[in-house]
Amino acid sequence: MSETFADLVACEDVLMFVNAAITSTGQREFHHDSGEQRLSLEFLHEYMLENYRDMYAAVLALDVNDHNAAIIIRNLLVRAGDVEVERRRGEGRLIARRLELMPPQRVYRLFRDLRRLGVNNRRTRAVIRDWMAGRRDPAFDSVKYRTAVKDAVRHAHLRLHGEQPAFLFAPSGVKAFQTPLYEQWRRAHYEQAAIYELPYTVAEGFAARHKIPREVFLERIQHRMTRLERLRLQESAREAKVEAVRADLGEMPLTRLASYVLALPLDDRARRRAELSQALRTAARRVAGAARGSWGRVTAVLDDSYSSLGSGEKRRRPLAVALAAHYLLEALAKEYTPLWTSGRTDELLVYPSGPTPLGHRIIDALETGPERLLIVSDGWDNAPPGLAADVLRVWRTRLDPGHRRAPGQRVMIVHLNPVYDADDFDVRRLAPGVPTAGVRDAEDLPALVELARFAEGRVGLPKLRAHLADRTASFLGERA
Amino acid sequence: MTITLDGLRTGPAQVWGSIRLVPLVRDEPVPHLRLHRKVFEEPVTVVDVGDAAYISFVPHAFVATWSDGDQTQAASYGARLLERDTRAAPPRMPVRFTRRMARKAGKDRLRFLPLHLAVEGYLALHFGGPEIAWEEWSRRAVAHGLSPRCEETYLGRRVRGLEDALRIFEIHPGQCGVLVYVADALASAFVVPHPDDYRALHPTLVEDLFGELIYMYGLLGAPAGDLSAPIDAAGVRTLGDLRAAAEMREAEWAAFHDEVMAGRLFDEDGSRQAVQSLHGFELARFLPSFALGRENHIGEVITGGDGQVAYLKTFRLSEAQVRRGYLLRRLAEHDWRLGAAAAALGADEAGLALRLERAGFGYLLRQDVRDHFRARRRAT
Repeated sequence: MSETFADLVACEDVLMFVNAAITSTGQREFHHDSGEQRLSLEFLHEYMLENYRDMYAAVLALDVNDHNAAIIIRNLLVRAGDVEVERRRGEGRLIARRLELMPPQRVYRLFRDLRRLGVNNRRTRAVIRDWMAGRRDPAFDSVKYRTAVKDAVRHAHLRLHGEQPAFLFAPSGVKAFQTPLYEQWRRAHYEQAAIYELPYTVAEGFAARHKIPREVFLERIQHRMTRLERLRLQESAREAKVEAVRADLGEMPLTRLASYVLALPLDDRARRRAELSQALRTAARRVAGAARGSWGRVTAVLDDSYSSLGSGEKRRRPLAVALAAHYLLEALAKEYTPLWTSGRTDELLVYPSGPTPLGHRIIDALETGPERLLIVSDGWDNAPPGLAADVLRVWRTRLDPGHRRAPGQRVMIVHLNPVYDADDFDVRRLAPGVPTAGVRDAEDLPALVELARFAEGRVGLPKLRAHLADRTASFLGERA
Repeated sequence: MTITLDGLRTGPAQVWGSIRLVPLVRDEPVPHLRLHRKVFEEPVTVVDVGDAAYISFVPHAFVATWSDGDQTQAASYGARLLERDTRAAPPRMPVRFTRRMARKAGKDRLRFLPLHLAVEGYLALHFGGPEIAWEEWSRRAVAHGLSPRCEETYLGRRVRGLEDALRIFEIHPGQCGVLVYVADALASAFVVPHPDDYRALHPTLVEDLFGELIYMYGLLGAPAGDLSAPIDAAGVRTLGDLRAAAEMREAEWAAFHDEVMAGRLFDEDGSRQAVQSLHGFELARFLPSFALGRENHIGEVITGGDGQVAYLKTFRLSEAQVRRGYLLRRLAEHDWRLGAAAAALGADEAGLALRLERAGFGYLLRQDVRDHFRARRRAT
């Protein structure tokens, strides 16, 4: 083995960063406030950029969340001059690909950040130019993100075509636009009927201005809503007695759907049981895809203790991840046993309460004799503290039927943690012998279980590099 | 005096920084008694008792309600959270002293301020001063006794980390009490009759009184130690063994906690005084024996007819407070005769006089007597 100590450290650092970049959004968590989160996260980014710049860029190809992707792109562009042209070009490709996948409002916010920081090097201008050129409907963007588009255009000195410059910079001088959307926007200033052709968020502003009653507005704008806007407004529309706003739950992303379900009162959940569980199962099956039923006997320990409440900013997020993971594992496994820490058995009626007796629940889980054991928890094990670590240690050293045989024969145990721990610069671990990976969307679960192999410390840096290169290649290749 | 926490099970502790919270769980709630919180409109009250006015901050009062027949499962009636911005709490507060701290608030209700009974008991310790006007005592001591006597305490909010620890604490099902440790020193015990009461009153711990010692420990921020003993893997052959080992570990922790960590909560040599009793419940306050160099807790307790603790709240005295209590006790034991008390303490009169002065009771002795003792001490 040619592995050096420095390699091991590098491997750990990169994984620590990946975990942080998947889980943390700089928002308040149950245990730590947003200030601590931001400070801790900023340090990690700085550290990675300084020491492992190539791998730092490659992380864009992994399932890191958009908040961190934006920070990575920003940092790479701020310090674009630090590396030679060839590397810069590679980074540019990664950035371009990632920007395509990010929601446009996030990208515009990033561009404004760059403007605020005074970053205007050639690579930055090229990135903004290429991304703007690739937008499918520039007119829509100009209406929906008007000021942000203006800022980006000004910052990158872009050349605009057609009516766009007039619309953005001097709309009051135009009597009538040729582009329909611009014309609707102009007319919406004084004509109520015109606002219903605008994007929902823009129309909302005009509706307030025209003092249109909420229920009338919702009723007539519903055909312009996006999928997630429908989901978000579903409950408030129900209160306003607007039945037209109906999200097709079957096509929502799994974790979002879990969040939506958990936001409903328990009575509603019980009443709509068939509809909700059907939707969750459909979403889970879609995520599982071809891998359906291929995971064998799976047991999951899912945390629904009081701390899975999250915070005011990330309401019930940890619990939503656990619930989504429950349905996904049900789809992936051939035989599946879920164990909630509270001991409840009705997954549709879970709510955050009580302590976290993880240790006892893990013993229960091991008794079912699983091939894979997944633990979804924030890593705070308190009833009694440290028992989970102890149980896992004793299991690994004394009881695991495969512990003397080849590694492939052992019960595969993975801990997935939805919460970033600002003090440790990582997600909280349960036990040294059990790999822990950060998780933000349950959809990423299969990829994360794969990544967790590295966290166990038995696969070294060369393999991690190979894994990253592999992911980068497929990430960039998808575009071609 | 024998009070025990029978009927309450010790749960696994939860730690945040230097704060350790140990839950106490009841299998069955205490029947026929509920506590709820009453918020006073005006938190700062002035009580006029003749020649002196006492000012105090009264954050809330508990109201004990008796129900004769059925046990209602609903959340405690009338529990409300104090509006945070009604008035800023003064950082330190002399404690209100009135004659009747426990009042009847209705036919089947009793109102009392949490901990004030206990603090009152402590403050009123030989409040009247010397009964025999020995010549050493000052005119003021003979005429007015220890009046006014005040002690400084700190609001729970000022104990660093406590507020956060209470926020992130995961309440156990059936939990009816908690023991608060700061840097592994027992700061306070709190027990209520019903889990719903506990859930409602859990946040009020930040408005409780804490002594100087606890405040300082919080400030120093020494993290609570890791007390969990790892499972011995040697004897484990099956999952059943592992489960048994885990259960044993839990039982060991509970026993260790009750015997060692909370072992000095109730002082066998202390005293207990019943304040009021109604419908078979007895409200009492207790004082420790003021043993020097050890933990001393004052507190108040409601016990049911079978001696089961329905309500309990304690306050840990700081070293200085223990010393003061100790001196007063010794003086009273010897009828405030300086010479006899000094002999019992193994010192001379001058030593005791200086000790009294250091404890803040200098004003009880005549000025010329004090000067005399000081001069004599200097001469030797």
